[in-house]
Amino acid sequence: MQRVGVFVCWCGSNIAGTVDVQAVSEALKNEPGVVFSTNYQYMCSQAGQDMIKNAVKEHRLTGIVVCSCSPRMHEATFRKTAAAAGINPYMVEIANIREQCSWVHKDMLTGTEKAIILGKAAVAKVNLNTPLIPGESPVTKRALVIGGGIAGIQTALDIADAGFPVDIVEKQPTIGGKMAQLDKTFPTLDCAACILTPKMVDVAQNENIRIFSYSEVTEVKGFVGNFDVTIKKKARFVNEDICTGCGACVEKCPMKKVPNEFNLGMDNRHAIYIPFAQAVPKVATIDPNACNMLKNGKCGLCARVCAAGAIDYKQKDQFIEEKYGAIVVATGFNPISMEKFDEYAYSQSKDVITSLEFERLTNAAGPSAGKLIRPSDGKHPHTIVFVQCVGSRCESCAEKGKEYCSKICCMYTAKHAMLTRDKYPDTEVYVFYIDVRTPGKNFDEFYRRAVEEYGVKYVKGMVGKIVPEGDKLKVQASDLIANRQLHIDADLVVLAAAIEPDKSARPLATMLTASMDTNDFFTEAHPKLRPVESPTAGVFLSGACQGPKDIPETVSQAGAAAAKVIGLLAKDKLMGNPCVAQSDELMCNGCSTCANVCPYGAISYEDKEFRMPDRTTKIRRVAAVNPAVCQGCGACTVACPSGAMDLKGFANSQIMAEVDAICK
Amino acid sequence: MENNQYLREEIIRMSGVNPTKCMKCGKCSGTCPAYDEMEYHPHQFVSMVDNGEIEPLLNSTSIYKCLSCFACIERCPRGVEPAKVVEAVRLIAIRRQGANRMTANDIPAMVDEDTPQQLLVSAFRKYTK
Repeated sequence: MQRVGVFVCWCGSNIAGTVDVQAVSEALKNEPGVVFSTNYQYMCSQAGQDMIKNAVKEHRLTGIVVCSCSPRMHEATFRKTAAAAGINPYMVEIANIREQCSWVHKDMLTGTEKAIILGKAAVAKVNLNTPLIPGESPVTKRALVIGGGIAGIQTALDIADAGFPVDIVEKQPTIGGKMAQLDKTFPTLDCAACILTPKMVDVAQNENIRIFSYSEVTEVKGFVGNFDVTIKKKARFVNEDICTGCGACVEKCPMKKVPNEFNLGMDNRHAIYIPFAQAVPKVATIDPNACNMLKNGKCGLCARVCAAGAIDYKQKDQFIEEKYGAIVVATGFNPISMEKFDEYAYSQSKDVITSLEFERLTNAAGPSAGKLIRPSDGKHPHTIVFVQCVGSRCESCAEKGKEYCSKICCMYTAKHAMLTRDKYPDTEVYVFYIDVRTPGKNFDEFYRRAVEEYGVKYVKGMVGKIVPEGDKLKVQASDLIANRQLHIDADLVVLAAAIEPDKSARPLATMLTASMDTNDFFTEAHPKLRPVESPTAGVFLSGACQGPKDIPETVSQAGAAAAKVIGLLAKDKLMGNPCVAQSDELMCNGCSTCANVCPYGAISYEDKEFRMPDRTTKIRRVAAVNPAVCQGCGACTVACPSGAMDLKGFANSQIMAEVDAICK
Repeated sequence: MENNQYLREEIIRMSGVNPTKCMKCGKCSGTCPAYDEMEYHPHQFVSMVDNGEIEPLLNSTSIYKCLSCFACIERCPRGVEPAKVVEAVRLIAIRRQGANRMTANDIPAMVDEDTPQQLLVSAFRKYTK
């Protein structure tokens, strides 16, 4: 029989306000096995923990029940206390009488009654607890960063800086991501390329970093410290190790009419291309959908002009298998499609563009060499209308928009409006807004400067419709403050499109068993206290894959994710979770049900020799759990038809004892 | 300021619209083709009903100027459906006046090749209890 101590926490007035803690500790005194019961203001405080340690010594306790907050909060704290007092940490049970009791009840009587029942259940369970010892697993001292935008770049640089090898997997032919496409960055207006490209070069030159560009992750197996990852290196038909990036092939390529994705289709590139001048790696890539040689074998010009002999039309997709200790997701974002917003005439007029297209139009390396022109006729626009919240905060249009605020649009629209007025003082610039949200450092000052110094006309109200008429865009909008409808003949309209997570994020989350919210943003382990960790151990989050973010925020999160990875890789061994499944071989009938439901691939089958009662031996197929891979989810224990699977620390017998205690 | 909670609740019940969802972006009024004809505009209908200021709406010709084209419903990013609010206010006004302004029997006389059917349907729902 266990000698159980019960410790009821007041949590200040959080619990004691709705639960009579004295009554709870009194009532639990009479439960089987309980030899000591008390209550205290803050059990998690040093004094509270000392109280537990002293009671263990004084009453020779073998089990501890703490009636307090959720085990997610302080189970680890009390397990450490138990270990310090010389008891196995898994002999501690938490009865959650805060989140599941005092916070949800208003009435003291009901609250107290329920707290007593929850306490009884915990006592019933701890009576059946057995000491558990976690296993150890080694840590592969290499990190994988998925995505090579500013988030991935910063994370990789910081990890590499600490001396650990890092691989970046980027699906585009170059790293750089969205930031490489931007013109200037708010609120200081430094040029994006000027601050990004040195970092890209640092990545390329860093001995600890390998770049897998034009590559994708196709399979992830394993667990924290020991991930086995398969990376598909797509055939670029150019030998990366030999190509010097001279660009001779690009000049000679006769296929010149391929829409240039880097400039969002506003100009053309060749079938063989280098995305932009500062690309890293600076290596050409052949687009197999456009190249004549690859499509029908007629051409081969690029191979003839390549002095290095780097062109290889026979190159195949390559699969690389590598082991990693930690994985950082930095898959980033994309603007949503504007096709379905008919009212803004995006599909009807070339002069209705998105903000990212505006970035390319004003970028010196863009399709118009930085000259702001109308895409339709190349003329200088005089009246420009910016529309904010296009598809953001759009609750009723789930099929085209997003419910959330995209966060970055207020600032980049202010930037666009300001830069336009600065460079072209003859333009009239309107910004239609619902709210202007500028809570960052020096952000509101920036927006006010656009209004006060640059004379941008901010109008509270939305644009209702845009109709192309002649070479003008008829903009009909409301000015809510003046309470009138505005009609503006605009030359150019810029839509601040909502942003969404990259489409590759969802299948990646499935591979990583990392959770996502309904908008496909990765979920963090705790929204405030663990913002860069995924709930899946060993998977970390960096940048806009976790939620809309601007560059300063992305860089700080990238650094934070790197710090967490470094903390993990610095360990030689990881303590596992001892609460894993185990199979009773004598009861297992080898049906494979458990292996089919296991989301982690932790269960395998082996043929084992058993001695039968009649002294013969028999070979039977039975399940075996790999404790290092098992995450203790319990799916197998409920699936097993013969009751052979059990979860250590949450055995069927323990759970039934809890149910019995509650129903008594 | 007047605050007619009874009528507010009545309009919310009749229209099925929750005016508190409105985030005051003005897209409804930005898209409204009858804007210039109206004394009170779609976004004002929503906020005035929410504030219980319903008498001025009942006494304004704006309730008959709404074309029931439902552009505001289509474009509203929050699914507030301002045209339904206008319609509910209009129905209250018509019910107070005690009679239908148009009956089904009046319709055959109005049918001709140039009049779109939608117009008749809109007129019927506008002038009938």
